[in-house]
Amino acid sequence: MFDEGKLLATGGVSNVEGAGGGGIASWALITGYGTHDGFGIDAHATLLTMPDYTLTTWGVAAGLWDRVEISYARQSFDTKDVGRKLGLGHGFTFDQDIYGAKVKLIGDAVYEQDSWLPQIAAGAQYKQNDRGAIIHLVGGKSAEGVDYYVAATKVFLDESLLVDATVRETRANQFGILGFGGDKDSNYSPEFEGSAAYLFSRKFAVGAEYRTKPDNLGFAREDDAWDIFAAYFLCKNLSLTAAYVDLGNITITNHQDGFYLSLQAAL
Amino acid sequence: MKAAKSIVVAFVAAAALTGSAKAEDTLYRDLGERPGIAKIVDDATANFLSDNRIKATFDNTNMDRFKGLLTDQLCVVAGGPCQYKGRTMHDAHKGLHLTDRDFNALVEDLQKGMDEAGVPFPTQNRLLARLAPMHRDVVTK
Repeated sequence: MFDEGKLLATGGVSNVEGAGGGGIASWALITGYGTHDGFGIDAHATLLTMPDYTLTTWGVAAGLWDRVEISYARQSFDTKDVGRKLGLGHGFTFDQDIYGAKVKLIGDAVYEQDSWLPQIAAGAQYKQNDRGAIIHLVGGKSAEGVDYYVAATKVFLDESLLVDATVRETRANQFGILGFGGDKDSNYSPEFEGSAAYLFSRKFAVGAEYRTKPDNLGFAREDDAWDIFAAYFLCKNLSLTAAYVDLGNITITNHQDGFYLSLQAAL
Repeated sequence: MKAAKSIVVAFVAAAALTGSAKAEDTLYRDLGERPGIAKIVDDATANFLSDNRIKATFDNTNMDRFKGLLTDQLCVVAGGPCQYKGRTMHDAHKGLHLTDRDFNALVEDLQKGMDEAGVPFPTQNRLLARLAPMHRDVVTK
């Protein structure tokens, strides 16, 4: 059942929303090491420290027949002293549950090296934030929302390069941590996320990512996010991803950048 | 939207880069020509036969003949001056009911063999890029 049959690293790692991907981008790869004939599962924990906030995430995910991915992640966003300045109290924390599903539609990122076609998957993430009252106070429309995305991922093995491009329809403010929709704009907008990674060895990849985000709230500007990351796969069962992430402006604080560390255990 | 554009540009640039690398054929030389490939095949075959996941596949195989054919095949795939006179990949694997897991086990053993033969990782990937599409003929289950 858990055949651990996929090649090392070909399930990606667990991203910030619990999906199989990089750090901030969701990829078309199905998480874990289960092949067409089996299942894969994984669990992860992630820490992102910024000058004024801390984001911790943990989650679990399963890959079924290398075709379907289901995931759950819980994010805790600690506002530390900004919480006090906003009148919420020091250490005020937004928690968010993210339930994700993804289906591989066509292509294979690894095997089909004679084709231009990337692996393409479609996914959805239902996000539920526990701070509805505060979200409404800052202009957010809803404490829950659904993101829809289509991801295209390809390994250009000839060049030891992995490339992903993803389009996401979303209303999320700061990934949903500040709710969904806002006084400035309440509609879905197409946003883009992309990753490129160079494979230095079977165990080690270094890459960069970029993700655009909506800017829905009148009280604070929201910027695009980017990161540079290094992922080390000790074996199929354990990987470690370290990154420098820049999320730009968040609420009343400029330039929130910092270090990201994520550990994944997989079958 | 600027971000979207740069992502698309990166994707297309990566694709173009891959296309141009394929045209230039130095892989045979980079693998150490026929002696280098024979060494890879020796090391990889030893790995196949000690791999519990796939060793039974070779129970009825004449391994000397197999090694000769695999060397010829890799030589041809790498652009070398050889001839492969074995069966097609489809015919050779018909009835074996091989799975993704079997295919990937063989890839891992080949990668280990190339490590042992001292083939640099990017060169390994250039060879694997040409072998990977065989997946559709080998995996029948």
